[in-house]
Amino acid sequence: MSKSVDQPEMNRREFLGKTVVAATAATVAPGVLLTVANANSEQQGVSSDVRWGMLIDTNKCADGCSACVDACNKENGIDLQQKPEGHSDEMWEQQRVQWIRKVKLQDKQTGEQTNLPLMCQHCEFPPCVDVCPTGASFKRADGIVMVDRHICIGCRYCMMACPYKARSFIHEEVANQLANAPRGKGCVESCNLCAHRIDDGGTTTACQDACASKGHNAILFGDLKDPNSAISKVLKEKSSRQIRADLELNTGVRYTNV
Amino acid sequence: MKTLHYRELWCSSPRYWGGLAFLGVIILIGLVAAFYMEHSGHYVTGMTNQIVWGLPHVFAIFLIVAASGALNVASIGSVFGGPMYKPLGPFSSLLAIGLLAGGLMVLVLDLGRADRLIVAMTNFNFKSIFTWNIFLYSGFFVIVGVYLWTMMDRKVEKFKRPVGFAAFFWRLILTTGTGSIFGFLVAREAYDAAVLAPMFIIMSFSYGLAFFILTLMSAFWWADRTLGDVRLAKLKNLLGVFVGSVLYFALVYHITNLYITQHHGVEGFILLNGGVYTSMFWIGQVLIGGVIPLFLLYSPAFATSRLAIASASILVLLGGFFQVYVIVIGGQAFPMNLFPGKEVLESSFFDGQIASYIPTMPEALLGIAGIAVAMTLVAVGARMLRVLPETLEDPEDECA
Repeated sequence: MSKSVDQPEMNRREFLGKTVVAATAATVAPGVLLTVANANSEQQGVSSDVRWGMLIDTNKCADGCSACVDACNKENGIDLQQKPEGHSDEMWEQQRVQWIRKVKLQDKQTGEQTNLPLMCQHCEFPPCVDVCPTGASFKRADGIVMVDRHICIGCRYCMMACPYKARSFIHEEVANQLANAPRGKGCVESCNLCAHRIDDGGTTTACQDACASKGHNAILFGDLKDPNSAISKVLKEKSSRQIRADLELNTGVRYTNV
Repeated sequence: MKTLHYRELWCSSPRYWGGLAFLGVIILIGLVAAFYMEHSGHYVTGMTNQIVWGLPHVFAIFLIVAASGALNVASIGSVFGGPMYKPLGPFSSLLAIGLLAGGLMVLVLDLGRADRLIVAMTNFNFKSIFTWNIFLYSGFFVIVGVYLWTMMDRKVEKFKRPVGFAAFFWRLILTTGTGSIFGFLVAREAYDAAVLAPMFIIMSFSYGLAFFILTLMSAFWWADRTLGDVRLAKLKNLLGVFVGSVLYFALVYHITNLYITQHHGVEGFILLNGGVYTSMFWIGQVLIGGVIPLFLLYSPAFATSRLAIASASILVLLGGFFQVYVIVIGGQAFPMNLFPGKEVLESSFFDGQIASYIPTMPEALLGIAGIAVAMTLVAVGARMLRVLPETLEDPEDECA
């Protein structure tokens, strides 16, 4: 019987040994590669040396102006949401997503009127993070509170818990969206202080830019932990307040003249 | 004393299978409704960014609360040693498991991303009461399952008391957890009250027992078995005590709130000028779920009337449903007071306005399917397991 030549010269023990080595390599290698990849992104991760926050001067916030709301909608692709066909306007108004809204108030006693934008207040102790069963609602090291859309199960407990009604649920199929603000039906979302801008090295939010371009300058964004930042300086000089300060949530968004 | 024999429920086949098929159709319709809502998105429901939890949550919370209460009959039998309740223990456990399964199905199918259930099972935030509840609910199935086993198998009977104790405490914690879902919501004025947790426990006693009486009566009627008057009278009197207690807790809750000036707005809304919620409170919760059942249960005119007992149980359940509706939906409809002392003139997000909610058909169908799931599990369980005694004739040597 002639020996076939296309068989490698290998005894059984050697074959088994090589198989084990190959299998081990195949199992471990992706892990090593992933660790390397993660190590890289971790090095560039956000730092708790900063805490992003906002100061809103309601005296400068103009009645009837919605520049901040429009800019937010454009920046985050919220203006791309479409009312489902045949759906009533009345219901859609209550179901469409809003990250920031303008509110006009009147003092019951004095009649004084105030205008202000209201959005996620980026609490230091956010109730939405406390109640979220999966940890999808989370606070970044730099103080930004946002939703991890990969693990949000759409239970809406965060919406029940938020004292500012800052969150919206995506009620409809999402046809169009922007790469910097991925969105999807059945998840909850809210203002993230334009996290994509900050992560790209930006220092302003879309609403702040829009307000400034209108000449109002009612919105000031910056690092609350840096004593030399513009926001820290103004906060030190002027008296400001948190909305629902009684809840002791230490919000990252503050207001003057309310 | 006569030995007690347990036997599987055995009804003439067409009656049993016909009933099961009917329940199956209801479940199927509910599942189609859930698929429709999941597929289209929640815009097809009445839920909005203002009323974020709707009718499915009312059904789910109602069933989950009732589930822990249904176990009470077993607890009274083996933990507190009530001889008249002992033979009812296994059926009580089965009903508890069924009701919880039905409620959880509704809750899970109403998630925005029901397909991500596995995420909820693998990612935990231990500060979330929802996370506690995931463990409390799955633990309940296990403990009550083992409890049922110790009640049915003589070989493990010696563990019945300790397991019964464990089940009893577990159910107390479970309902505390369900009540705390609301009790710990500091932001909303209708919630944020620790009394909600014990109130949910007493609500569970009442709804659970009402469910138990109704299913027990139907099972015995279905199988042509005898159910003694004395035993039924015991259950009936107990139900009366629970219904009274629920009214008492509601009274304490509202009086506490009325004492706090800050809460006058929400109290006025529920008690006086909340439209549908005010009607549901006074007519649904207080009259249908409290006053009329108490009259039916305690009036000497209906002392042994089974129709009165059954009607009272149905009314307790209806009233309970209204009560949960007022808590869940009414509590959300009343606006949060973000700016005390100020009136909201304009807002695109309905700040300062009472939110409207009109439930849609798919939401209701999903909720009803939850009840059908509970009833199906009980019907199948009672047919396969020996949970019901052959007879529950009144014992001769015992007085009421």
